[in-house]
Amino acid sequence: MARWQGQLIKIDDYRWKIPENYKTGMKVPGLIYASKKMLESIREEQALEQVANVAFLPGIVGYSFAMPDIHWGYGFPIGGVAAMDIKDGVVSPGGVGYDINCGVRLLRTSLSEAEVRPRINELINELFLNVPSGLGSEGKIKVSQKEMNQLMVEGARWAVKRGLGSEEDLDVTEEGGCLSGADPSKVSDKATKRGMPQAGTLGSGNHFLEIQVVKEIFDSHIASIMGITEIGQILVLIHTGSRGFGHQVCTDHLRVMEGAVSKYGIKLPDRQLACAPIGSSEGQDYLGAMACAANYAWTNRQCIAHWVRESFSKIFGKSPEKLGMRQVYDVCHNIAKIEEHIVDGHKLKVCVHRKGATRAFPAGHKDTPTRYKEVGQPVLIPGDMGRCSFVAVGTQKAMDESFGSTCHGAGRVLSRGAARRSMQGRDVVRELENRGITIKAGSIPSLAEEASQAYKDITEVIDVVHQAGISRKVAMATPMGVIKG
Amino acid sequence: MEKAFEIINHSADVGIIAYGTDVEELFSNAALALFSLITEPESVEEKLHLNLEVSSEDRDSLLVEWLNELIYLFDVKHILFNRFNIESLTHNELKATCYGEGFNPMKHKIKIGVKAATYHMLRLDKNGGGYKAQIILDI
Repeated sequence: MARWQGQLIKIDDYRWKIPENYKTGMKVPGLIYASKKMLESIREEQALEQVANVAFLPGIVGYSFAMPDIHWGYGFPIGGVAAMDIKDGVVSPGGVGYDINCGVRLLRTSLSEAEVRPRINELINELFLNVPSGLGSEGKIKVSQKEMNQLMVEGARWAVKRGLGSEEDLDVTEEGGCLSGADPSKVSDKATKRGMPQAGTLGSGNHFLEIQVVKEIFDSHIASIMGITEIGQILVLIHTGSRGFGHQVCTDHLRVMEGAVSKYGIKLPDRQLACAPIGSSEGQDYLGAMACAANYAWTNRQCIAHWVRESFSKIFGKSPEKLGMRQVYDVCHNIAKIEEHIVDGHKLKVCVHRKGATRAFPAGHKDTPTRYKEVGQPVLIPGDMGRCSFVAVGTQKAMDESFGSTCHGAGRVLSRGAARRSMQGRDVVRELENRGITIKAGSIPSLAEEASQAYKDITEVIDVVHQAGISRKVAMATPMGVIKG
Repeated sequence: MEKAFEIINHSADVGIIAYGTDVEELFSNAALALFSLITEPESVEEKLHLNLEVSSEDRDSLLVEWLNELIYLFDVKHILFNRFNIESLTHNELKATCYGEGFNPMKHKIKIGVKAATYHMLRLDKNGGGYKAQIILDI
């Protein structure tokens, strides 16, 4: 792919601007969070052109943002944030992505590395049996059509009502695990049929379940509020989304949006940016269906978290409560949400698209949960399976600058095919084992696609958002056991 | 036509380039390319057939919808196809009979899970005497 040759204006060491006059039709400039070193690799593909393209969308305010983990996506880049005025702006399914409410949930435990390492194989095997994963995996819970409709509206609470988790889990889940405005009548029969058998499954691709060891605590006060108190403490990270259900909702509504683009006379530089005015029937229908998929994903992570607790309980012979398996937080990183922000000194209701970006609300914000009111909303940033993951918190700077948003992960640098080729002849499982990481995967070829060198270094990504002030790092953990679909 | 299709790499995903002497063959080859990504097509036998009707706004989006219909059938009904007979094809409607069999984990290896055909970088053009199309798949 051609290198991106466009103009970037340096604002400071971590902020770069694509001027509004870069392309005729841009309504706002682009703002990229990156170090000079990272920009070099970002320029290797056309993701920055996509940042400029997003700036064409009607009603966009502020900037078209790119986080340091940016890479090339469909229409919108992955790692992109765009806020549209709800009065005259648009909503775009491409600005959310196919895997609606793909996200991350973190559980803490009171176990230490010394207690878990001798039993890691047993634990990973138990988790592999207990949490359905892999291509075409079907859930342990049987969901009827009627229950599916309830699940779409209730979100994670649907699972909690069935004994899969507690009220406390909901308190520390973004939106309480339920996005309002879900309208199952806007979800196609096809999407429902894809969703029913896959509820409560991890899936495949880049989704995973990871047993981690805390390696570094950067802010002990904030970490202690999260229940992260010791180096060597065991955490569990769950990364999954809305499975085939979200994909079908996106596919169905992209098709509707295709028609809406010509109906409303919207001029787009890329067909995959298809969108409709937020207030239009097409826009509202998408938001109603998207909320159903978001709620499905929260239910999914809620069920999986319950089975993780069950598995630990079985292996260590103690209740999840005795093992201290409290949820730290659950964030989504593919979503569009109606939020209130200050734009040019005035309160404005906007539809914030976060595609491969995480909400990062500060201390004191009404949507920051009570437990974290004084320190800010936890931000969970998974790395690739060979390196590490970070826990951070949202900041006022993010609120003032990036519509309360930050990065979401490492971001790919190699295509899946290139990653596979680079790993040819190498034993990914053995290499990870040599580094003390036990892995169990449904498919070994797909494992090679997720190797470390396929991703940016997460440490560089987190340093940029930390230095730019749009989130503050709290702790770092490395994997000890990984389950991949 | 010498080549029926090629597989291309896209940073997070994968794409196909399909060829055909006519549009019918192009659609059939695009579907073959899809199933060659999902499984080893040689392992699939013709044990059942399904009649499909797909409609869309224009011919480009019809190609996307056609592949999305096949992805849906695999995801929900777990059917792998290896032959496609395109019976009629207009600029926005397609009728086809698809041949294949139900997924059997003892017999079929699943290589990747394809979740959607996208409009991203979608192209369907004349190519010499025939046709060529590019479709990016979300996996």
